[in-house]
Amino acid sequence: MTITNNTGSDLAAVETITVVIDGVAVEVPKGTLAIRAAELIGTEIPRFCDHPLLDPVAACRACLIEVEGMPKPQPACAQVVSDGMVIRTQNSSPVAAEAQAGVMEFLLLNHPLDCPVCDKGGECPLQNQAMSIGRPESRFTEEKRTFEKPINVSAQILLDRERCVSCARCTRFADQIAGDAFIDLLERGAKQQVGTADDQPFDSYFSGNTVQICPVGALTSAAYRFRSRPFDLVSVPTTCEHCASGCSLRTDYRRGVVTRRLAWDDPEVNEEWNCDKGRFAFQYQTEGRISAPMIRENGELRVASWPEALGAAAEGLRQAGTAVGVLVGGRATVEDAYAYQRFARVALGSDHLDFRVRANSDEEAAFLKSAVAGAPVRTTYADLESAPAVLLVAFEPEDESPIVFLRLRKASAARTAVLSISATATRGLEKMNGTWIPAAPGTEAAAIGSLDASVLDQLRQPGAVILVGERIASIAGGASAVQALAASTGAALSWVPRRAGERGALDAGALAGLLPLGRPLTDSTARSEVAAVWGVSADSLPKQVGLSGEKLLLAAKSRTIRAIIAGGVDLGDFADPALAREAFESTGFVLSLENHHSSVTEIADVVLPVAVVTEKSGTFINWEGRPRPFGEVLRDALMMSDAAVLGLIAQSLGANVGASDVPALRRQMASIGAWQGARESAPSVAPAVAAGGVALATWRYLLDAGSMQDDEPHLAATARPATAIVSAATAASLGHPAEVTISGPAGAIALPLEVGTVVDNAVVLPMNSAGCVVARDLGAGYGEQVSLRAGGSA
Amino acid sequence: MAISEATREQMQQLAARYPQPRSALLPMLHLVQSAEGEVTTDGIEACADVLSITPAEVKAVSTFYTMYKRKPVGKHHIGVCINTLCGLLGGDAVYDALSERLGVGHDQPTADGEFWLERIECQAACTHAPVMTVDWEFMDDVTPTSAVDIVDRLARGEQVASTRGPVIRDFRATEHTLAFPLDGLADEGNPVDAKMLAGLAVAKERGMSAPTSTQEG
Amino acid sequence: MTLTPIITEFWDDPTLYTLDGYRAHGGYRALASALKQDPDAIISTIKDSGLRGRGGAGFPTGMKWSFVPQNDGKPHYLVVNADESEPGACKDIPMMIANPHALVEGVIISAFAIRANHAFIYIRGEVPEAIRRVANAIEQARAAGLIGTNILGSGFDLDVVAHSGAGAYICGEETALLDSLEGYRGQPRLKPPFPAVAGLYASPTVINNVETITNIPYIIDRGVDWFRQFGTEKSPGFKVFAVSGHVNRPGIYEAPLGITMRELLDYAGGMRDGRPVKFWLPGGSSVPMLTADHLDIPMTYEDMAAAGTMLGTGTPMLFDDTVSVVKAVTRWLEFYKHESCGKCTPCREGTYWITGVLEKFEHGHGSEAEVDTLVNLCGQIAGRSFCALGDAAATPYPAALKYFRDEFIAATTTSADEQFDPVASYVFAGAVAR
Repeated sequence: MTITNNTGSDLAAVETITVVIDGVAVEVPKGTLAIRAAELIGTEIPRFCDHPLLDPVAACRACLIEVEGMPKPQPACAQVVSDGMVIRTQNSSPVAAEAQAGVMEFLLLNHPLDCPVCDKGGECPLQNQAMSIGRPESRFTEEKRTFEKPINVSAQILLDRERCVSCARCTRFADQIAGDAFIDLLERGAKQQVGTADDQPFDSYFSGNTVQICPVGALTSAAYRFRSRPFDLVSVPTTCEHCASGCSLRTDYRRGVVTRRLAWDDPEVNEEWNCDKGRFAFQYQTEGRISAPMIRENGELRVASWPEALGAAAEGLRQAGTAVGVLVGGRATVEDAYAYQRFARVALGSDHLDFRVRANSDEEAAFLKSAVAGAPVRTTYADLESAPAVLLVAFEPEDESPIVFLRLRKASAARTAVLSISATATRGLEKMNGTWIPAAPGTEAAAIGSLDASVLDQLRQPGAVILVGERIASIAGGASAVQALAASTGAALSWVPRRAGERGALDAGALAGLLPLGRPLTDSTARSEVAAVWGVSADSLPKQVGLSGEKLLLAAKSRTIRAIIAGGVDLGDFADPALAREAFESTGFVLSLENHHSSVTEIADVVLPVAVVTEKSGTFINWEGRPRPFGEVLRDALMMSDAAVLGLIAQSLGANVGASDVPALRRQMASIGAWQGARESAPSVAPAVAAGGVALATWRYLLDAGSMQDDEPHLAATARPATAIVSAATAASLGHPAEVTISGPAGAIALPLEVGTVVDNAVVLPMNSAGCVVARDLGAGYGEQVSLRAGGSA
Repeated sequence: MAISEATREQMQQLAARYPQPRSALLPMLHLVQSAEGEVTTDGIEACADVLSITPAEVKAVSTFYTMYKRKPVGKHHIGVCINTLCGLLGGDAVYDALSERLGVGHDQPTADGEFWLERIECQAACTHAPVMTVDWEFMDDVTPTSAVDIVDRLARGEQVASTRGPVIRDFRATEHTLAFPLDGLADEGNPVDAKMLAGLAVAKERGMSAPTSTQEG
Repeated sequence: MTLTPIITEFWDDPTLYTLDGYRAHGGYRALASALKQDPDAIISTIKDSGLRGRGGAGFPTGMKWSFVPQNDGKPHYLVVNADESEPGACKDIPMMIANPHALVEGVIISAFAIRANHAFIYIRGEVPEAIRRVANAIEQARAAGLIGTNILGSGFDLDVVAHSGAGAYICGEETALLDSLEGYRGQPRLKPPFPAVAGLYASPTVINNVETITNIPYIIDRGVDWFRQFGTEKSPGFKVFAVSGHVNRPGIYEAPLGITMRELLDYAGGMRDGRPVKFWLPGGSSVPMLTADHLDIPMTYEDMAAAGTMLGTGTPMLFDDTVSVVKAVTRWLEFYKHESCGKCTPCREGTYWITGVLEKFEHGHGSEAEVDTLVNLCGQIAGRSFCALGDAAATPYPAALKYFRDEFIAATTTSADEQFDPVASYVFAGAVAR
């Protein structure tokens, strides 16, 4: 990291002071809170309202300590220590111990004695504290305060008000961290309680965090409620597979079944938070799994033995020769993606590779090859937090990378100016105190070309960052303009893909023309380096850049590509699902490595079951380029990883692709190492101009119809409903109807109309939500023309 | 009931009174009560909309303060101070008499929507105990009989004047005053009564006065 | 000690609440002179006067003003605490009704001194008469050029807003008042930062009581020496005492600090029917009660503290021997329970618990052990709650127990109403004791 004047103050030597806690002198940074200072000497002062990532409130009073020179006990969670301060905790001060015990007695006064049926029992700070300093028998003989048992603050989050100790962690989280103040403290005094407005539930993308930080069992999730006892669970550290934020998680399972997932503490990445998709969407791992290999016979899939299925797969591929397209879906680990491309290049001699099962373009491929593939970690979450300005292009962080959103929100509260070139100013942008730079959908490149001098000045500040999302691929000239902007301003440029596997697949080289870690396929040195590690001759590797993107599908449609291997691919995810279906149906042979039946297994000739994340180890590379390795959760699972299955197919083909276990794959990638040679040059595509008519702005909302969210009804109920969002002027031109019909080449969708901050003559739609599957139903993509009319009969 | 454009306009005026608009929330909720007779869900949403905060945040505020009611208050709000001094000096008996007369208990409206009865806390009029309020205007030094008589007269639609304030209007009118206090009634009645002048009277009677200059002292 | 009507001197003029009426008695003379002074000089004058806050805590006003950082580039705010809600306190509301311009003049001078261009008078919502009279006075002052831009040609600009509360005793706590004034739940804030540094809208803010601010024009007009001839070294000045309870002439009595309760009681016509004082509280329910043995202690901050109580709001409540102290204390605790904001555990849960036990006593139930448990519970609140409301709630019971332990023990078997016929304590004619 470059040290600049701008961030110099952060990196300057930390001024420390010395405090004495229970007779132990400890040196701490100036401004440290007593409760944190005590932790440094291993003393845990009781706390309920305190949370290191929330502003102190000193409300629960559980942490009272004695501070020399102060007449009254002080709350350690709010007491900033000063040099020479003498502090006595419960361990050395009878006053502190007695004060803490008194508060505990008060806290338990109205708390129900329902620990045996409470989800928190066994991992409950209140229970633990009651065990250590609570009275064996209550002195309170009056009536306890009672409330109606749990109420839904959302479809997912339940609130048992009797258990609440009014610590306000949940409401402070909702307000300070998520920016979704849909829960708040209601009433006052002994009647004080957490609640929602009459007509607005706590539908926050981050609501599950409140369950995790609740220090009692007041908040529970519908998904986990009464599912298990914490002491029956086995916990494993994992990485979230849902997006490229790269959250550390803790996955808890019991008897071979995952019961819940929690955000794990990783200060450099997700701090202590995660999103509700990462927390709650995991039923897909167990529900509806493909458990055995299958072969299509007389048009129907039937179960086959592994040897038979592997034989059929090998035979199908053998017949296609080198004309095989390999498509790696967005959930692949870097090891699996690496195995796919090695299999393609070594076992098949094919370079027809792509991991971009979504809208893509050659321009995007050139951008990724020139600026992203195999690059070391450059811009980090911490850099976002200290950046003077962050420009978002074709990127909606709250939906597409929620932890990036949380960090930008935190940054914006302190110093960072967030700017967004977009067709719409979303509530997410508002929560980041962001500045909206309007651009009709698809014309972002032109907007970059005409940015105000003041914006350019902001980007010229040391530490400024540009973040682009996956939609940059849908914007002609977008990637070219962004790269040029970064070059001219000196701002750092990061690509934030949406899916967890994309950056890893790019680094692994699962793209035509791109060998592992950024190596151009056409570079002989690059080919030699890779071939050496693979133990093959460089000449045996493909020399011609293969097909990717739409060209690959068209070639399959015309049977130039004679077979397709699809690893975790859904046809609906392609920009043109109809073309994808034709391609898969036309090509000679389709091999699907899958864990669920899908639009691809409907067509596939051979289906081989593969492991989900809990059944294998692996690594996701997050948007920073930071490896996020994880281990197997369910060790008894019989499922093989994609890499292992590919290894078996290679054996059936008689090809030697080397070892396919995760350590070996990691070693290979490390041996290949970073690319020092020339990279592909940046693309140079002219900016698109607005085409007139109504342009479509669309992206995937965080909670939507994605198949990895299947079988989670409570989560789905908190998703944002599909609406068509237009500007006030556009709504007026339609006559302010309650519903509108949006039409495209493939058909029409009727949705409720919502007025938002949107450029005129554009409509914002969720890309893949219940009742609005844009690619399938409209046949139009981001920035393309659609028509709008009042009324709902689609 | 939906909040009218006129009321929204007044909400904007209130918001403009302060360096930061949210400061207007308490007066705005009084305005909601003047328009709606209670704090309604629509009123909460209108406040949230005008101030760009969430309805939960408005509800959090509205449920914190006891003057905001979540049921229709009716025509007149009747308060009886039952804090120690007023209560023990006779407020308890006044409350019991009114509760019997109105047939309702604490914080409840009468079935006919005419009255709301509330045991209120100290009204800052202890010198005038026992204290009753009608639409928050003072009715000082009441007895069970006089309190019931006040309610009877109000029920009959007769004019009733506050002991230290204007002629009684109704609950909504007072709530409007709390949002927009220039109600033109500052000149009505003479609220400075004998108890407020008690010390001055004794001083005059006994020839006492404060020195107005240092020399005299 | 004699009565000294100063603030109350012209209250019998029915036009006093108008601008003309106030001016006829010398009103706004102090403002004209203040605006010609250096603001720092005014702060010095108030410091030298020794004026102490009249809201209950008695903090030196000039010192509070001097904590405001100057030339910090931030807006400054003056906030008047007119949320008079302390049981027994009834002096600010009469001042605002009888002589609102004195408050407004004090506001303008004080704002000028601390360099505030915005002042707010936060008046409890339950008293519309006070709100309309203060708002009316502000409007008249504005029309006369005393509020607005370039006041009296001084170059000083000031806007004053009369703001209505909505029913929450806790908003008398200054930081809770600020949260309330910002449109939030009135829950107290963490200190530091103190309001003088980060108060309203996180800017330097002075919060003063109505009576405190009303004193300012008199001090500016008549000088420090004049002011200090009243009261004592540590408690200079005069006080608007509001005497209530079983006295023959309850009402407002203005006298120098240092006057005794016995003297005030004499002016108030003595106890009704010549009955003895059973207990009395010098300034609100939040200060410990005293008995007839304490009638000769000077009513100053320091003497009251020495007697184990506080001057508080300086609004004595006197109860005669018809009153059940158990019932009185229970009612106060019910008040604190009702008004506890809910933020901190000791106050929220402690008032809930203590009130429940006291209600048992009031009805003749409970045990002697519980009489002592309550003392312990009060100790678990006092000094450990977030703000002074908890401390206040923990005050009445131990203070009462000190003098009336037998009555509480008797209450565990005999209800308060059986011990003391409630009708006997009623003040209206026609109430017949059993």
